Amino acid sequence: MKEDQNNEFYESLEAKGVSRRDFLKYCTALTAAMGLSHTFVGQVAAKIEAASKIRPPVIWLHFGECTGCSEAFLRTPDVGAIILETISVEYHETIMAASGHQAEKSLQDAVKKYRGKFICIVEGAIATKYKGAYGKVADRTFLAIAKDIVPKAAAVIAIGTCATYGGIASAKPNPGGYKGVGDALGIKPINISGCPPNPLNLLAVIVKYLGKEKIELDSNGRPLFAYGESVHDNCPRLEHYEKGNFVREFGSKEAELGYCLYQLGCKGPQTYNNCPTAKFNDATSFPIQAGHPCIGCSEPNFWDTMTPFYEES
Amino acid sequence: MGKRIMIDPITRIEGHLRIEVEVENGKVKDAWTSGQMFRGIEIMLQGRDPRDAHHFVQRSCGVCTYIHALSSVRAVEAACNIEIPENARIIRNLLHGAQYQHDHIVHFYHLHALDWVDIISALSADPVKTAKLTETTGGRRETAEYFKQTQDKLKTFVNSGQLGPFNNAYWGHPAYKLPAEANLMASAHYLEAIKLQAKAARMHAIFGGKNPHPQSLVVGGVTCVGDLTPERISEFAGIWKETKAFVDEVYIPDLLAVASFYKDWAAIGGNNKTYLCYGDFPQAGINDNLLMPAGVLMGDLTPKPVDTLKITEDVTRAWYEKGSAKHPYEGETKPIKGEVKYDTEKQYSWMKAPRYDGKSAEVGPLARVLVAYTSGQKEVKALVDNVLKTLGVGVDALFSTLGRTAARGIETVVIGNAMEGWIDKLKSNISSGNKKTYQPWTMPDKGKGFGLNDVPRGALGHWIEIDGGKIKNYQYVVPSTWNLGPSDGKKQKGPVENSLIGTPIADPKQPLEVLRTVHSYDPCIACAVHVTDLENNETYKVSVI
Repeated sequence: MKEDQNNEFYESLEAKGVSRRDFLKYCTALTAAMGLSHTFVGQVAAKIEAASKIRPPVIWLHFGECTGCSEAFLRTPDVGAIILETISVEYHETIMAASGHQAEKSLQDAVKKYRGKFICIVEGAIATKYKGAYGKVADRTFLAIAKDIVPKAAAVIAIGTCATYGGIASAKPNPGGYKGVGDALGIKPINISGCPPNPLNLLAVIVKYLGKEKIELDSNGRPLFAYGESVHDNCPRLEHYEKGNFVREFGSKEAELGYCLYQLGCKGPQTYNNCPTAKFNDATSFPIQAGHPCIGCSEPNFWDTMTPFYEES
Repeated sequence: MGKRIMIDPITRIEGHLRIEVEVENGKVKDAWTSGQMFRGIEIMLQGRDPRDAHHFVQRSCGVCTYIHALSSVRAVEAACNIEIPENARIIRNLLHGAQYQHDHIVHFYHLHALDWVDIISALSADPVKTAKLTETTGGRRETAEYFKQTQDKLKTFVNSGQLGPFNNAYWGHPAYKLPAEANLMASAHYLEAIKLQAKAARMHAIFGGKNPHPQSLVVGGVTCVGDLTPERISEFAGIWKETKAFVDEVYIPDLLAVASFYKDWAAIGGNNKTYLCYGDFPQAGINDNLLMPAGVLMGDLTPKPVDTLKITEDVTRAWYEKGSAKHPYEGETKPIKGEVKYDTEKQYSWMKAPRYDGKSAEVGPLARVLVAYTSGQKEVKALVDNVLKTLGVGVDALFSTLGRTAARGIETVVIGNAMEGWIDKLKSNISSGNKKTYQPWTMPDKGKGFGLNDVPRGALGHWIEIDGGKIKNYQYVVPSTWNLGPSDGKKQKGPVENSLIGTPIADPKQPLEVLRTVHSYDPCIACAVHVTDLENNETYKVSVI
């Protein structure tokens, strides 16, 4: 296929607004969650359309992980439109058709073609002990792959608590010497923590990045627009906390009344994330709404610092 | 000696899997499966609070989310003699059932379909003829306009020159047999299923707070008492209904339509005919009246009761220090502390090799459906017979790659149907004022127990020992370890390795046929690789099953 012809064909459909429609619809939901203005999102979408004859290329690397972050991303409403019409997912092991040598070729081709221009999303922690022996893809250690690919990206996003801070793979005693991508490579990626993170936060970062908007980060490298306030700050049960209405046992009358879960170990006060406002799965719920204490899953080392989960801290 | 082909990474699965095959005269002569990542979650669990275990083990996998948490709370409840209330059992079943509905749809369309469906071929299909095709599949009838829109979308995508996830794949491979119209039909449903699965996952969010990694289980029951309102239950029921309609009207007709062009795969990809199933979906008590019955098939069609004492794990070919094959409770597992060398003659995987009565056993949809069929589970029997009749094949066809893929569809229907009864029961309990979802309990100083479970990928068991109110020992034997584990000390291969032998390979440079059989098992490698460090543990025996 000739490239200029392709672009022409693509642009003609672009003109009809076919490919961006779903994305715009999604962005509207996003703005509500992020407290952004609708005009802002419209501007961003327009900018993406105007600026790019190509869809922004994304290389998504999987290391020491459970694929829960990818799965969370795939739970985004209209994710098909995002993957096939908005960005170009050049490499993603869970969804790509090619395996083995052909998959490796896709990775190498994409890095070569889009060097310095692609967004690199890293999912999972990187094994560093024994020269990275505990995790490999195609005979290369996670560490070697990360050292090769990540520096060639235009932007690096660490998705999930494993890629940001090591996550469960690094819980004590951390047999594989797993680290987050920032620590393992000595770089400062945009960290979108959570186990799994809210896919809205990833999408918002991508939208802001493509819109060339500055993304303010906290001291843990997380975007302030999503991680600036604690779960406790925005908790729908906050009023009960202030009134001293606590659940002391699961299944109790107080649990049924939706009282505060602090005394059952809720880590909402120490945990920075927008779970109560953005919620999960098309704003269906979040753990505290389902009656379970927050376990602090977007904080560094929470598997060690927030446990035992059911004890008041 | 034939030509060796290495496929690494295997994509469209969870985790880091390598497959190596030796091809001679156009067929696979030998095969090796290798897990390429090790984290060690069980090591981390030692000394921790047993109530926390389900959060840790759930992070084994975000694709098979929920199920490890379920096994874990069952194991701790067994160790602490807790009997959960009926509503908790129903909600756990509903969450588990929802996982099956979601997981199997995603597997069929997004992880497996591209082994059979050539998306590029769909571009040359006639949308009018494609619409006519839907009149013959017995499924949902679609218009030519619907297929034209899908085709235009695909054309736009392909002509953009950015093929993304469809780049460098096997399009045009001679093993693709579907006519262009069937390819277009399946491609349209591939796209539709992407939307549907996001919605189906909301069932988890309703009673679990989120998906993946729902967070409403606790040892003793569930926490989502606040969501037990008529409105919330109706919301759940609405999504269940929509998902079920997709299964009945799209997934199953597509499965049968695609299968009818690949009947040769009903004779490829079987293994040694040993199948293990713990059964699941208790419909009474703690673990009574299982919807999908437990049983073992050992080379014949007569199911026998499961005896967990016959389970052993062998580490001869895995990257652990050497030791004899042992029961999980007596096991001794020490990962190599240093660099590891892939050598198919010595050690080549992070997965151990589980064995039942010394034999490698297949677990998963085919095992469940075969055990149910041979146990006389009426609904399964009727569906299996209907599928065999529709395809014009005999019972032997089940022992194959195609049989495995068909079994997954069959159980999606059975479990989806059963969910309606559970929803109704929950509704009636709530309306009669029974909102009990949790059984208060106290942590014993000592205890041990295990939780058996049959999850989308197969038989799953978690074992725990508590001492001083803390976890002394925790381990799990996982479906993908059963299926994708390596060879053992007796040079007896694992199920996937066995299944690959004899597979025809048209082009060794494009081993599409290998992917078909590997994907038919729906591998999950992050689950499969885990280890218990028993260096300091005393050996003891388990007396209860």
